[in-house]
Amino acid sequence: MPRERPRQRADDGRTEDWRPAADQEQLRLRATVLAELRAFFHERGVLEVETPLLCRATASDPHLASLAVRLQAAGKTETWWLQTSPELAMKRLLAAGSGPIYQICKAFRDGEAGCLHNPEFTLLEWYRPGWDHHRLMDEVEDLLSRLSCRLGLTLASAERLTYGEAFRRFAGVDPHRAACEELRARFEAEVGAAVEGVEAGDREAWLDLVLTHLVEPHLGLDGRPLFLHDYPASQAALARVRPGDPPVAERFELYLEGIELANGYHELTSPREQRLRWERDRHRRRRLGLPDVAPDDRLLAALEHGLPPCAGVALGVDRLLMVLSGAATIEEVQAFPLDRA
Amino acid sequence: MATYSTNEFRSGLKIMLDGDPCVIVENQFVKPGKGQAFNRVKYRNLKTGRVNERTFKSGESVEAADVVDTEMQYLYSDGESWHFMDPNTYEQYAVGAEAMGDAAKWLKGQEMCVVTLWNDAPLIVTPPNFVELEVTETDPGLRGDTSGGGSKPATLETGAVVRVPLFINIGDVIKVDTRSGEYVSRVKE
Repeated sequence: MPRERPRQRADDGRTEDWRPAADQEQLRLRATVLAELRAFFHERGVLEVETPLLCRATASDPHLASLAVRLQAAGKTETWWLQTSPELAMKRLLAAGSGPIYQICKAFRDGEAGCLHNPEFTLLEWYRPGWDHHRLMDEVEDLLSRLSCRLGLTLASAERLTYGEAFRRFAGVDPHRAACEELRARFEAEVGAAVEGVEAGDREAWLDLVLTHLVEPHLGLDGRPLFLHDYPASQAALARVRPGDPPVAERFELYLEGIELANGYHELTSPREQRLRWERDRHRRRRLGLPDVAPDDRLLAALEHGLPPCAGVALGVDRLLMVLSGAATIEEVQAFPLDRA
Repeated sequence: MATYSTNEFRSGLKIMLDGDPCVIVENQFVKPGKGQAFNRVKYRNLKTGRVNERTFKSGESVEAADVVDTEMQYLYSDGESWHFMDPNTYEQYAVGAEAMGDAAKWLKGQEMCVVTLWNDAPLIVTPPNFVELEVTETDPGLRGDTSGGGSKPATLETGAVVRVPLFINIGDVIKVDTRSGEYVSRVKE
C-alpha cells in the first residue's frame, strides 16, 4: 500500500490567500507577548498611552517614506500622513509632564517589504524621563530576559559594542576616520558584489553598505543580544551628540541573531538643534527629489516649552516574535501581511 | 523601454544587466535601522548561466529584458539546428547548439518544450520535466532483482546516458527527470 503523501501547504497558490499567513501557534505567541509587555510596564509604573496614527506632521528622515492620506478637514482636502513611528506625539506628551510612557501601535513605512519588512508593522515605543541610553539598554535587556524566561527560552546576558569597534572587528575599518575609498575597497574585497546606484563619494551610503553586508550578520548570535551604540554624529537622527574625538550620537540598536530589533536614543531636547536637523533633512530631500516634509510646529512648541531629559526606544514587535519563534520571515508572524491584507 | 524599479524586484523577474538578459534568483531587501535601503540581488545571466550578486540602492531602476517563455513543439534536427514550432502562430524557430544546451539529449520529436525568446531569438530551451525514452544499450538485466540496490549505466534512444537499476533491460521504456538527469521509474508497456 502506498503511503499517503503529506498534504501540501495550501499557500503556494493564490486560491487560498484568504487564510492567515501566521499559524495558530504564532497568533497565540503574539497574544502572550503583548500581554507580557503590558504587564512588564504596568509593574514598573510606565503609563500606556495612545496617539494618532493619522498625523498632520511626519518624520523628516530622507530614508523614511511616509504614506500620504487625503483627508477632509474643516471643509478642505489636505494631505496627512500615516505615522512612521509615534515619536513626535509621544514627545509632546513628555513635554506636558506625562512621566514615563509606553505605546504599542501600528507604524507604516512605504516601500519597505521583504523578509524583515512589511509596510505596516507593530511597534513598541517607550520613554524614560531622567534616564540616559545606557540605563534604557539595561531595561530593554530586562524586558528580553523576562520574555524569554516566560517562554522557556535561554538568552545570554547582552553585549555592548560601539559602532566603531564593530566595524573594526567585522569589517577591518574605522568608520569614523576611514575615507570613502577605503570603505568602498573593504566592501568590494569582502563582498565582491557590484553596487548600483551609489555614488563613489556618498560616504553615508558606503557606511550603510558595510554595516548591512559585513557587520550586521555577526551581531547578537547564539542567543546573546547585542547593543550597538555610539553611532557617527552624521547618523544621530533625533539622538544627542556627545562631543569628543570623534563626536558620537548617543544612539543604540539592539540585535539578536543578526536581526535589528530596536533603535533607541538619549533624546535630543534642544529646539534649536531639532529645527536645524529638520532643515538639513529637508535640504537632502529636495536634492534627492523626495516630497517635502514640513517641520512639526507643535513638536517644536513642545520642545520650546521643555522636553525633560530622557531616553526613548522603539522595538519592532513582529521581529521580536520572529526571533522568539525562530521564524525566517516576518510574514510567518503576521496574520495578514501585505499580500494577504 | 520598459524598466523595473527595485520595489518590483522578485525572483523570476527578467532584467538587463551589463547588456545581457538576466533573471533574478533571489532578492533581499536590507535596511539599517536608520539609513539607506538596498536590494541584495542574486541573478543568473541567461546567456552564460552563471549566477552573480549585485546590490542596488533601493529606488533605482533597471531595464526590463524582453524575454518571453513560449511553449513550442520540437519538430526535428538537421544536424546543425533544432527546429521548433509555436503551435499558436505556426511560426518556426531554428535553435543553435548553444541555446539547446543539455536539452538536446532528451528530445526525440513532438515534445512540448519551453523556448525562452530574447528579442524574439531563442535563448534557452527547457525540455519537459519528465521524458519517457527507450533503453538501447545496457548490461544484461538481473532477473528477479527489482529491489534497487545497485545501478548501471544505460544509453537511451536519444543518446543520453543515465544510471538505472540493475533489472532494466534493452528495450525497456524508462521515465527520466530531465532536471536532475535521474531515472524515475520503468514505464509499464
